[in-house]
Amino acid sequence: MNISKCIIIPAFNEAENVGVVIKEIKKKYFDLPILVVDDGSTDNTAFLAKQAGAVVVSLPFNLGYGAALQTGFKYAAAHNYDYLVCLDADGQHESKSIPSLFSEIQNNQNDIIIGSRFLGESAYKVSTLRRIGIAILRVIASSVTRQKITDPTSGFIALNRRVCKFYSNMYPSDFPDADVIIASYFANFKIKEIPVKMYLKNSKKSMHSGMKPLYYIFKMSLSLLVIFIRKLLTKRNAAN
Amino acid sequence: MLFRQKLFAILVVVFLLLLIVELIRRRKLREEYSFLWILCGISILVLISWYDLLLLLTKLIGAVVPTTTLFIFTLLSLFLIALHFCVKISELTDKIIKLTQELAILKTDIENKKA
Repeated sequence: MNISKCIIIPAFNEAENVGVVIKEIKKKYFDLPILVVDDGSTDNTAFLAKQAGAVVVSLPFNLGYGAALQTGFKYAAAHNYDYLVCLDADGQHESKSIPSLFSEIQNNQNDIIIGSRFLGESAYKVSTLRRIGIAILRVIASSVTRQKITDPTSGFIALNRRVCKFYSNMYPSDFPDADVIIASYFANFKIKEIPVKMYLKNSKKSMHSGMKPLYYIFKMSLSLLVIFIRKLLTKRNAAN
Repeated sequence: MLFRQKLFAILVVVFLLLLIVELIRRRKLREEYSFLWILCGISILVLISWYDLLLLLTKLIGAVVPTTTLFIFTLLSLFLIALHFCVKISELTDKIIKLTQELAILKTDIENKKA
């Protein structure tokens, strides 16, 4: 049986990095299809991605990181890809880790593989505020899933077709993080973390800049609360 | 409640109800979005015209004067209408995201087939 694999890269105004990221992947894995979801960029991200050899889905306006990623999941589900790896367009995720993500997901023992920057030898440094945020989410995600989750905010992940279909219908449009991990766990998907190498972002802008961290904390708390309520209601309905 | 107060309140509510009907007639307002406005207008009209009911409600909620009851019910209605619109906006946002995603995917598929 032919196994089809694909790489999904959501990109918003990443003209500086997207071409380099795609070329870097193409250098090592020439045949691997790369899908770039251009999230309404105002620069020539889409053109450069196409030029570098990726298939580009261009959203007419900016929908947010999560919605762009979900567009990739929908595309992959419609084209029957078996396994996916998602990574960011800013060059922070090292392409050398792609084979280990694919090989782990292709073992079929887990449904989601999270590439963690905090496992192994990676010397990835984050700001104090972000470190505190990640630590809180790490505790929540680990205690709910009853397994060690060290990097709940990682965007460097691999997943199989079942998860891809699940995410096609359920995915937050702004910041997908610990809430997605917990929702996936509640949907009975098996999750595993493996060490990957990440670099600090090449670009100066971040989706966690300005007042966004405050909204992020509010949104994540609310999202987690709703997931727990849904789970409780599902349990109660099942018991009845 | 003074007759003048009552008359003014009735005239304002009737004017607003007529405005809503006229907007529907001109197809500037959809029936589904006018429902809560009409319900709110009729409820206030009933409270103004049925003074004993207004007094009873005033006693029930512990207000001192009936006009306070009217204000509270009007505010509550406006809050519910605003919440209803937020629900509708959320639904529309989800629909727009879904449509946008599917349109972008279809466009890519068509372009790839042409190529």
